[in-house]
Amino acid sequence: MLRGSTTGPNDVPPAPAPHRPGDDRHTLWVRITHWLTTASFLTLAFTGFVILMAHPRLYWGEVGNSLTPALLELPISRNYQHGGWEDVQPFFEGAESPVSADRTFNMFNQNSWGRSLHFLAAWILVATGAVYLLTGIVTSHFWRHLLPRSGEFTPQLLWQDLMRHLRRQFRLATGGPQYGLLQRCAYLSVVFVGMPLMVVTGLGMSPAVTAAYPFLSGMFGGFQSARTIHFFLFAALVLFLVGHVLMVFLSGFRRQIRAMTLGE
Amino acid sequence: MKDDMVITRRRALLTGLSSVAGLALTGCSDELPPTYGNLLRMGDVLTYKAHRLLLPARSLAREYTHAQISSSPAIGTTDPGDPTRSYFDVESGPIYDRLRHGGFADWHLTIEGSVARPQAFSLADLKRLPSRTQITRHTCEEGWSAIAEWTGVPLRQVLEAAGILPSARFVQFYAYDAIADGIDMLDALHPQTILAYGMNGRDLPVPHGAPVRLRVETQMGYKSMKFLQRIVVTDHFDDLGSRGPLHGGWSWYAGI
Repeated sequence: MLRGSTTGPNDVPPAPAPHRPGDDRHTLWVRITHWLTTASFLTLAFTGFVILMAHPRLYWGEVGNSLTPALLELPISRNYQHGGWEDVQPFFEGAESPVSADRTFNMFNQNSWGRSLHFLAAWILVATGAVYLLTGIVTSHFWRHLLPRSGEFTPQLLWQDLMRHLRRQFRLATGGPQYGLLQRCAYLSVVFVGMPLMVVTGLGMSPAVTAAYPFLSGMFGGFQSARTIHFFLFAALVLFLVGHVLMVFLSGFRRQIRAMTLGE
Repeated sequence: MKDDMVITRRRALLTGLSSVAGLALTGCSDELPPTYGNLLRMGDVLTYKAHRLLLPARSLAREYTHAQISSSPAIGTTDPGDPTRSYFDVESGPIYDRLRHGGFADWHLTIEGSVARPQAFSLADLKRLPSRTQITRHTCEEGWSAIAEWTGVPLRQVLEAAGILPSARFVQFYAYDAIADGIDMLDALHPQTILAYGMNGRDLPVPHGAPVRLRVETQMGYKSMKFLQRIVVTDHFDDLGSRGPLHGGWSWYAGI
């Protein structure tokens, strides 16, 4: 196939013609921030899963523990639905009283290195994200390549693009940021919704940060709500990653990797 | 032989990298938590420095209503005097058991180190000092949380009674389950940092750290040490060796 040409079926819209230098290739800062984000995201996803394994129960509100009902229990470690609690003592009079109970089992917990690595990766992701957002604005990368053009963001066009993807009729790799409509929507959701919400729900779980800024957990309904949303955002971002990598394979793996690495 | 060399080289590289960055971060000060060891500790110190630099110093953690008190799991050490447990300490375990059976009448909390008047507080002494009751959230590093009412004496009261010296920077706590940990002076003087002897309106139960536990509401649960025995005020950071959190790979600062 010729570089930059459209080789899909006839109803695939052609790539917009490059009108500024850098429009037909991934710029160096996009490539660097892309791979730094990849490395830190994979580390965060892995360590986040390890941390979740210590207590694979999700709740809503401020409070949730093994002695209170869960919103969702995930069968992902030996701590799952563990009944090893003894010496149940009510704190107050009455059958509805909250209780204390002693844990008797040796639980799975790798959070020592897990959490430290999670935060190391988080710092790298936040720093990379800040550089990416700033550069994206300054170079007008977002306006030129990500934000939908006027009249383009309609349900009808989105539906058409989705159908084309399902029929595997999409543009092959062009080696640059000539993104399709669905592709741009996916990237915008990750960059401006998913990642920032991930950071905010993460901060919403911090005792020191929420003491200073209580709204960070209050806006989600509490510590446990922030944790639950943090988990579902993780699931959504992993789904995005799967779709993203799948599209890289389907649109020309070698070409795409060279474009995002070497800028060719 | 070759494998050993690879590991050694990698370790040397990591150690070198982290010490360089660590020095850059801390400005070579020994008044800060450790950056030595590995990259993970470096990230922890970055978080600690960022919190101390960016967060207002005296923010109170959220306090709740009595109706919001929840069930509270007791984990980790639930009885330091039980010799069948893996955490049983042959030295302090039997002492704790004896104190417990005496209703903690002979229990004393010593405070020493960089203080003008080292002394020992009995439980009655602590209860005579001005108290604070707070309904706060225990945020366990495992991911769960619980709300309880804690009553105790602000650590600040005890530190002031002992007269902390101007050079003092850290407060270390030693417990009857052979665990030790420390906090910096900012958290130590925080109004909600208390030595709690009451929980949900009663004496602190043994599984929750009787007779006195620490409550540090601006950090995760594991910093709120149970079964307190001794307080040592220091001028410099002390990793507390095998008794401290760093030995097991846990971050010293857990404000997160």
